[in-house]
Amino acid sequence: MSLSQFIPFLPEIFLAVAGFAILLAGISLGKRGARGLSLLSLGSLAVTAILIWVVGRPVEGAHTILGGMLFVDTFAVYFKLLTMTASGIVLLMSAGYLERSDYSPGEFDALILFATLGMMIMASGANLVSLYVGLELMALSQYVLVGYFKLELKSNEGAVKYFVLGALSSGVLVYGISLLYGALGTLDLGAIRAALTASDTVNWTLNLGIILVGFGMLFKVAAVPFHVWTPDAYEGAPTPVTAFISVGPKAAAFAMFLRLFLGAFHPELAQWRIVMWIAAAATVIYGNIAALTQDNVKRMLAYSSIAHAGYALIGIVAGTAMGLWSVMVYMLIYTFMNLGAFGFVIMLETRGYAGERVGDYAGLAKRHPGAAAGMLIFMLSLAGIPPTAGFMGKLYVFSSAVQAGYIWLVVIAVVMSAVSLYYYFRIVVEMYLKDGDEDEPAPLVRDRWLDAMIGLCVFVTLFLGVYPAPVVGLAQSGVHALGLG
Amino acid sequence: MNPTMIPIPSAWILYLSAVLFVIGAIGVLLRRNGISIFLALELMLNSANLAFASFAFRFAGASATAAHALNGQIFIFFIIAVAAAEAAVGLALFIAMYRRKETIDVDRFNILRW
Repeated sequence: MSLSQFIPFLPEIFLAVAGFAILLAGISLGKRGARGLSLLSLGSLAVTAILIWVVGRPVEGAHTILGGMLFVDTFAVYFKLLTMTASGIVLLMSAGYLERSDYSPGEFDALILFATLGMMIMASGANLVSLYVGLELMALSQYVLVGYFKLELKSNEGAVKYFVLGALSSGVLVYGISLLYGALGTLDLGAIRAALTASDTVNWTLNLGIILVGFGMLFKVAAVPFHVWTPDAYEGAPTPVTAFISVGPKAAAFAMFLRLFLGAFHPELAQWRIVMWIAAAATVIYGNIAALTQDNVKRMLAYSSIAHAGYALIGIVAGTAMGLWSVMVYMLIYTFMNLGAFGFVIMLETRGYAGERVGDYAGLAKRHPGAAAGMLIFMLSLAGIPPTAGFMGKLYVFSSAVQAGYIWLVVIAVVMSAVSLYYYFRIVVEMYLKDGDEDEPAPLVRDRWLDAMIGLCVFVTLFLGVYPAPVVGLAQSGVHALGLG
Repeated sequence: MNPTMIPIPSAWILYLSAVLFVIGAIGVLLRRNGISIFLALELMLNSANLAFASFAFRFAGASATAAHALNGQIFIFFIIAVAAAEAAVGLALFIAMYRRKETIDVDRFNILRW
């Protein structure tokens, strides 16, 4: 037991310490230091990223650290950097929002950092113990964040519903893990894969274990029929939190999902493909249909995020190397376009929960053409129209499924993408074709940081739409880490 | 070991854990009182603990698999720790709710469409 084995774990240790420091700084600063604390939190994320670059880079030969608890591979680094970027953008978006609210920013920023730490562990977990602890660290931080506006009934209610269903799902997950342990005697992902490859006997304990773990993961990515928490948690949460839980934790949950089902359980995947197929099809259909009737923009984006989880699941159904990297690319693209869309909702919310109705967007293009153009790009990208990144993401995922022979699933997904045009364009129509209430024009939040972050999201969405090669290359280097060849 | 004492077969413990898990899951879904839901959640987590313990007990019984026993026993401690953290967060959320509504009956949490 030498100290040197903790060196590759330094980024996580640093982030945990920084989280506590910001928690304490937040208590002593009170409400004043929102922007300073955001910058400080962003700085600690940046230092963590540098530390990952310096000490946590994947080294040939040494694939796990801390006695086989965590992987150090390109797959982990990809998702770590992705979730950290998402958290950083949310931190900058939320600073002004928290200044305008009655709540202190210290705990908020610290909770975002703790959730990020959990997501980093989920991205790199090599053992069901570390994956479970990382997942719970992320989930517990999220429950508190959703209920952060503790005097708002909506926020309370969203948090309680999220907590009850989230805890239920982790109960299911952990019972599934116990059955897996009983069948195989190990919790190590590599050993699980080896044991599954070696034996071909049908074992009900093992099968039940895998299916329960699968249910737990489907809940975390908000797939049908485990999606019921999503609209309520998204609507009730403060908007920066909604932006956060719709991207970072979803990407981390997909990282864990990929690690388990395309990594450890891969030899058994053929058996579960039909379950995944049904879940993916149901998620795409239900998410898009339910979004059609929503008048609340946050709720509409919640159903849209359910639909996008369904699109990403298609890559897991494909189960090939391309399926894997296309999901990785999709999560990155989804992160930027969804954060941008939620950033725009934050912009409209001058106070409390105002500006969430679709009608609040009427005539926006006349008064604020720049902002409306940004939202137009995010809506186009979410609907999957070229030349935006959303189109490229869908193209990769769908072609991986076509190559693997799941034509019907792709047909369903393409038809439902066409349906999704309706609800995304409702907002565009409101902005561009309707006349707003001239007497009382909807004010926009003036916040340079928020503008900058939305600008960044616009840039990435457009850039990856025309030149996705760098991200595809990065994701492809992660394929090898999961042993998909 | 006392010859009159017959050890409980580990499969029975496993069945008990499955029954507790199902009771817990049904309780979470059907109970309306926040505290009852909480108890049901704890029941689910502890049923997993019981399953881990019974599997570890079975592994420890045979020398070929004795090395596996530790994995499950360690996981139990992590579940206990996480359950404690979950209780802290969950009760805090229920208290925040109670302060606003003076009830923890989840049927009354109906501003957001379920």
